[in-house]
Amino acid sequence: MTLRKAAWRFCLAAPVVIALGLLFAGQRNVRANQQEKPAAMAEVKIDNFSFGPQTLTIAAGTTVTWTNRDDIPHTVVSTDGAFKSKVLDTDEKFSYTFTKAGTYPYFCSIHPKMTAKVVVQ
Amino acid sequence: MTEQKAKDEIVYDHNRDGINRRGFLKCMAWAGTGAFCVIQGGVLKSYSLSRISEVAAEEMKGELSFVQISDSHMGFNKPANPDVAGTLRAAVDKINALATPPEFLLHTGDISHLSKPEEFDTVDQILKGARAKDVVFVPGEHDVLNDDGKQYLERYGKEAKGAGWYSFDKKGVHFIGLVNVLNLKAGGLGTLGHEQLEWLEDDVKHLQTSTPIIVFAHIPLWSVYPEWGWGTEDSGQALAYLKRFGSVTVLNGHIHQTMQKIEGNVTFHTAASTAFPQPQPGKADSPGPMKVPAEQLRSLLGITDVNYVRGKHALAVVDSSLG
Repeated sequence: MTLRKAAWRFCLAAPVVIALGLLFAGQRNVRANQQEKPAAMAEVKIDNFSFGPQTLTIAAGTTVTWTNRDDIPHTVVSTDGAFKSKVLDTDEKFSYTFTKAGTYPYFCSIHPKMTAKVVVQ
Repeated sequence: MTEQKAKDEIVYDHNRDGINRRGFLKCMAWAGTGAFCVIQGGVLKSYSLSRISEVAAEEMKGELSFVQISDSHMGFNKPANPDVAGTLRAAVDKINALATPPEFLLHTGDISHLSKPEEFDTVDQILKGARAKDVVFVPGEHDVLNDDGKQYLERYGKEAKGAGWYSFDKKGVHFIGLVNVLNLKAGGLGTLGHEQLEWLEDDVKHLQTSTPIIVFAHIPLWSVYPEWGWGTEDSGQALAYLKRFGSVTVLNGHIHQTMQKIEGNVTFHTAASTAFPQPQPGKADSPGPMKVPAEQLRSLLGITDVNYVRGKHALAVVDSSLG
């Protein structure tokens, strides 16, 4: 095969390959989007008068759910006023969706020694 | 009894304050199990509760007698005590059985567990069964949930200043109720705040230094265990205003166990809960409710009887358990 012939064949085949490639990529993107939605959730457990994990790192758009597993009520209150839960009795939950990147320190307003933070990337 | 008294008399009194180290430690050791500590003429006398019946009635009798109860946590229903109404009723029975009937009751907060109206109602109803009809309160952090204490003020603090602080006089004793459970800052302890401290300075300004002072608040006004939040950020400022007084007694709750400390003219005392015990400082992963065998529970709950004898410069603080 001469070089010119090969180049000619490539020119004919390339659009087909690219078109197929785009098609597959598109399908993969759709699938990825479907998987990302349930993945954008995170959990913080309140146990023994502490938040776990102490530092939670998440992507923007993630919804964080706090669950109180103590026998004593707690709250989840952002230090700079971004979010504030009602008092959470045993097994009660509070959720908040973080849309902007940044560091969000928070504490329990009943037991202020309990502090932690969420880092949104 | 005479022999026991002789043993408790002070041998070494380096600070001339009537309290030696041995006597103080003895009192501290008993404080956990129920102790009876009397300060008469600056002399600390301590007896274990099992000996209380042997103490002469005259020693207990005073100008003024009242009972402190604390941390009734009405609405709590977890394994540490599924019947907090029952144990509060037992506390009322104990109060009604006292040889010297108290003139009033003083509740140092955490009346309710979740600030629910029905929880406050139940406590009010049970306390109506006490022979002492008057009850004075200060709020605990569980009484001011969700509304920054609005409901608490409507119920118990109509005559109070600010977030619920106030003072009153009874038989020559000046009582001061303080609020240190609001506007708590991240990482911090209990807080009195600037406005309340200014009020306190003004409140005691015109009192004679011989006036006995009793200060009560929910969270301890001394540093019991800051790691668990058992202390008050700006209590030092409050105590500075009280420094010139000859006799200051500080009564607190919050830590669900009895503890006592004496610093100069100030006696600090925390009362037991009527609901559930909490661990000793640092003796558990957290200060959460302590589950003990059912038959032990009432021995860790209790009331505090306080007696004041005029002229004798005496204030007797007696802790007794519910069972």
